[in-house]
Amino acid sequence: MLDAKEIIARRVAREIRPGTLVNLGIGLPSFVANHVPEEIGVFFQAENGVIGLGARPPEGMAEPSLTDAGGGFVTAVPGAASIDSAMSFGLIRGGHLDMTVLGGLQVDEKGHLANWMVPGKMVPGMGGAMDLVAGARSVVVAMLHTAKGEPKILPECTLPLTAERRVDLIVTELAVIRPTDAGLELLERGPEVSVEQILAATAARLIVKDDIPEMQLD
Amino acid sequence: MKAALRPEAAAEMIPENAVLLVGGFMGTGSPHRLIEAIRLRGTRGLTVICNDLCTPEKGVGKLVASGQVSRAIVSHIGLNPLAQKKMIAGDMEIELVPQGTLVERIRAAGYGLGGVLTATGLGTPVEDGKQIVEVDGKRFLLERPIHGDFALLACHHADYAGNLGYLLTAHNFNPIMALAATTVIAEAEHIVPVGMIPPDAVKTPGVLVDHLLGTGPC
Repeated sequence: MLDAKEIIARRVAREIRPGTLVNLGIGLPSFVANHVPEEIGVFFQAENGVIGLGARPPEGMAEPSLTDAGGGFVTAVPGAASIDSAMSFGLIRGGHLDMTVLGGLQVDEKGHLANWMVPGKMVPGMGGAMDLVAGARSVVVAMLHTAKGEPKILPECTLPLTAERRVDLIVTELAVIRPTDAGLELLERGPEVSVEQILAATAARLIVKDDIPEMQLD
Repeated sequence: MKAALRPEAAAEMIPENAVLLVGGFMGTGSPHRLIEAIRLRGTRGLTVICNDLCTPEKGVGKLVASGQVSRAIVSHIGLNPLAQKKMIAGDMEIELVPQGTLVERIRAAGYGLGGVLTATGLGTPVEDGKQIVEVDGKRFLLERPIHGDFALLACHHADYAGNLGYLLTAHNFNPIMALAATTVIAEAEHIVPVGMIPPDAVKTPGVLVDHLLGTGPC
């Protein structure tokens, strides 16, 4: 039995197309890279300044000037490029980034994402999240379906939004959901999860068409 | 040819209430010796403009911990719980700016532009109090330039003429900030004779740099 984060990471990895430029958020989204085969030629961007982010360095081989957006030591893949912050965000805001995968605190029926603050409690700041949601060609939200048993997919976000743009896909351990003009459409079920379980864990209205397949995981 | 400044001499140049642009991303590419000299001198009332406030033990976070920063304009404070506490308690003024908008606002000041039009921040608290401008049917926020009294940069190498080169993800905000302050001080890991950096490898031309921090006793 896979744990929730592993399910999410594996399912999101299937969305990644060969030869694209992809930005993974820190935390859960960063696990997606573990399931993307090297041979499909994807470049991962870290917004602090590298195209072609690689794995963690071997023990004792860390280079202090080669870090990811979380400040951790990384490597770079062949063909990598180091860039400054203006170029990095030019890629993001100029529509050159094919996909971003971000964590979420809440998503609502309009496909709005809130993921950068809880007023009065937690103010980490938006970092690059607002630029990524506003500028990436495709935005995938990778998050646990609920937080401490409370639904995170709501009729309307109660937390400050990250952008006014509608995200393209929501992937949780229970479901794959696509925000559309008509509302949130349920596309897939998690492993051994029923539609009833998904509806019970979701506060927003879901559009459920006849047969909902179980998600395929590599 | 630039003169090499001792860290203490550089810190002496910075008066109380100065506005500092400080390079670095989670401390990678930050001028650590300069920051330590400012901390030791105890200059107060500083405004710090930086990607993030790092941690209370590192980078510009040390100046937050020592109570020398009264105002910050940054994109992220998530790894500095002390800064979050000060912000919520109202002890420190913190303006959170989307990372791409932050670098473009600094770039605007450096490149002589009156501001930046961006879709990032629309529909979020970032748009509060800002002018919305419509261009060809698309809505944008008008974001104003950010200029500093001092830019405190870190680089991998400099030559005696003040030409700078950066390593990997340690570029980040440094090359942009080099244009956006009245006085620019660069801290290099290595200072090499003029001629050793090929013209094509110069990322920040020496004409922008006012002072170099000496690498050894001087």
